[in-house]
Amino acid sequence: MTLTAIDKPDYNYDIVRLFTLATCFWGVVGMLGGVFIALQLAFPELNIEPYLNFGRLRPLHTSGVIFAFGGNALFATSYYVVQRTCQTRLWGDKLALFTFWGYQAFIVMAALGYVLGVTQSKEYAEPEWYADLWLTFVWVAYLGVFMMTIINRKEPHLYVANWFFLSFIITVAVLHLGNNISLPVDWRFDKSYALASGVQSAMIQWWYGHNAVGFFLTAGFLGMMYYFVPKRAERPVYSYRLSIVHFWSLIFIYIWAGPHHLHYTSLPDWAQTLGMTFSIMLWMPSWGGMINGMMTLSGAWDKLRKDPVLRFMIISLAFYGMSTFEGPLMSIRAVNSLSHYTDWTIGHVHSGALGWVGFITFGCLYYLVPKLWGQKEVYSLKLVNLHLWISTLGIVLYIAAMWVSGIMQGLMWRSYDELGFLNYSFVETVVAMHPFYLIRALGGVLYLSGTLIMCYNFWRTIRGEVAEGEVDKDGNPREARKYHKPVPSWQAAE
Amino acid sequence: MMSDDKKKDIDELSGVETTGHEWDGLKELNNPLPRWWVWVWVATIIWSLWYFVVYPAWPVPGGATEGSSGYTQFKELEESQAEIHARQAEYLGRFEQASFDEIMQDPALYEFAMAGGKAMFKDNCATCHGTGAEGGEGYPNLNDDDWLWGGTINDIYTTLEHGIRVAGNYDTRVSQMPAFGKEGTLSREQINEVVHYVMSLSEGHADTAGKGYQIFQDNCATCHGPDGKGDRDVGAPNLTDAIWLYGGEHEDIYYTVYNSRAGMMPAWKGRLDENTIRQLAVYVHELGGGEEMQAEEAPAEAEPDVVIEDISYETEVPADSEGEPAEDVKEQEDEH
Repeated sequence: MTLTAIDKPDYNYDIVRLFTLATCFWGVVGMLGGVFIALQLAFPELNIEPYLNFGRLRPLHTSGVIFAFGGNALFATSYYVVQRTCQTRLWGDKLALFTFWGYQAFIVMAALGYVLGVTQSKEYAEPEWYADLWLTFVWVAYLGVFMMTIINRKEPHLYVANWFFLSFIITVAVLHLGNNISLPVDWRFDKSYALASGVQSAMIQWWYGHNAVGFFLTAGFLGMMYYFVPKRAERPVYSYRLSIVHFWSLIFIYIWAGPHHLHYTSLPDWAQTLGMTFSIMLWMPSWGGMINGMMTLSGAWDKLRKDPVLRFMIISLAFYGMSTFEGPLMSIRAVNSLSHYTDWTIGHVHSGALGWVGFITFGCLYYLVPKLWGQKEVYSLKLVNLHLWISTLGIVLYIAAMWVSGIMQGLMWRSYDELGFLNYSFVETVVAMHPFYLIRALGGVLYLSGTLIMCYNFWRTIRGEVAEGEVDKDGNPREARKYHKPVPSWQAAE
Repeated sequence: MMSDDKKKDIDELSGVETTGHEWDGLKELNNPLPRWWVWVWVATIIWSLWYFVVYPAWPVPGGATEGSSGYTQFKELEESQAEIHARQAEYLGRFEQASFDEIMQDPALYEFAMAGGKAMFKDNCATCHGTGAEGGEGYPNLNDDDWLWGGTINDIYTTLEHGIRVAGNYDTRVSQMPAFGKEGTLSREQINEVVHYVMSLSEGHADTAGKGYQIFQDNCATCHGPDGKGDRDVGAPNLTDAIWLYGGEHEDIYYTVYNSRAGMMPAWKGRLDENTIRQLAVYVHELGGGEEMQAEEAPAEAEPDVVIEDISYETEVPADSEGEPAEDVKEQEDEH
């Protein structure tokens, strides 16, 4: 590795540290909410009326993990990556700080609304207009900080991770504005109606909802993947050409796939067909990211044996590949007629959320936290490994339970006897699903336990501690030797 | 950095050329697109193009392309419904014409009615009566032979059609037990006495010597009968068995006498079709407690004697654990 003559830019790590801590905090909150509502489904007595019933806590969980945990992770990593790959300090210290506090304020505003029963009733876009408006300001500031940093870059070219981050920021802005056009109607200003109505409103909602997955949870996290996987593997990205082709095809095709959420509804057949076919054509563009991430390890697979952090990243790519195959499959009308409205959908979402989004975030955080707090490595790689396996077991329990329960539920709903009468009533399907709800809750508990282990590990890392028996890459006790990551001098941790 | 260096940069490990750029120590190899990836993608695109031709796909002025298959989701629904109807067609025509007697004597129609009734019961009735029709507090068990409004198929059919205490339904089953305590007809002491008597009736050794006996004869016998065996014409339960809709403890019965009870069941006519209600009547009749129709009994058509415009269900005052009226009940009593 060539050391360069460029002076080390004075990177703004303060803001990255703030977002990193917020990621951990909201991760625990959001996952705890998930465990609780999973238990509510298994034991309805746990519904605490009215503020803590399932209906109000469910958006708290989804927003908590997607926007609070995932969103803060995206802020943290995008601010880190854009500085380092542009070799310039993040533009606008105060504006960046505003995006931090502004975003946390949005999360609190949204969460308070949920428990108080204030909602637009749009999935993943539940916050009312006042919170939406506030988020718009924050998001424009985010775009400003990110764009100006890119404009100020010292590198002639823009690294692939930044394409993904930028497409995520811009598209989420468009989606947010498009789906939240509404008129406040109540004197307290906490109730509004969407401007569009009926099936148009539904279509706009799922154009938003699907692309929240596509651009928030896919494009944004692919941005993380494109920096942290090659960085941790210390290997070049597998294929530049693949990254270009799959980037443009992903963002072009993803945006049309929303109608597959509205199969067999009042949405016209032709729109359903387009949503479905574009989902099928999206399969390979999605897999491009997985191939590029996994193949980056080609020739260096042995690193997986030694490095649990890299293992997190690679398992996340495996889950990414699995759920981006499952998604197009479920978008096929015939499959969807079985899977829609069942727990299969929940299982699909969680193989993406727990496996892909969660694991790539954990991998990046394990890389990032030591760097941000001036350490060579986390407090204990053994604990990282423990986190990895506990959480993997949690995911497997979760998604396997939901597959079985969802497909069983779908089959029971459509089961007729030879005289043409339904074999099962709705409540019988609920009774049949109960054991799987328990398994799912157990999976959630395991996953949450892993996250708590991670937070503990970070706490010790930030305190500058090294666990007993931790060794460096050459097998020597870690304190005894310096970290031998071959990085240019300007890149060394502060 | 190295971007201006025209010399080829080869990755040592793979032997593949890089793009020559470097960001924060990161490089990119110049590998081609994986062939299989390209071909699978092309295949999905070709498949989609085929799908556009066969199915409704593109919006055009005045509608959308229809697709060569003529598919619409409504046709798919109709086909799927037609298949279900085909399974039933053989029975349904005869079922519609058949009387209950004929249904009970025709094994095929009987099986058909039971299958349909079972499915419909689970979807519509099980919410209150339980999946096994076992009932619960306030919701009768339908497996026994204790009937409030009659247990012949015709009785059950009428109850299903018009429900119980359905506001605005002229043919609904209706009656109203007085709230003896609330209305001040009986004192607390008298109620306790009559509850003792009713409990002795239920236990099979009627205590005719106690004060409760006379109170019962004066106030309750009109509907429940001098012997307490009830009267189905007014839905008055038989009090001599051990079956209690609202609980058989002293405090439960005290509550009932004090506040009265008025359970309700929806009228299913108009919500379910005629055939379904008939299937349900057969199914419920056959659950275990169905009674034979009297030879002379005409198809039930309840005479509208009372019309209920509206029944208000006020929150009933719970009794405390001692079986005594709660504080506010006592206050109400003082007013009388």
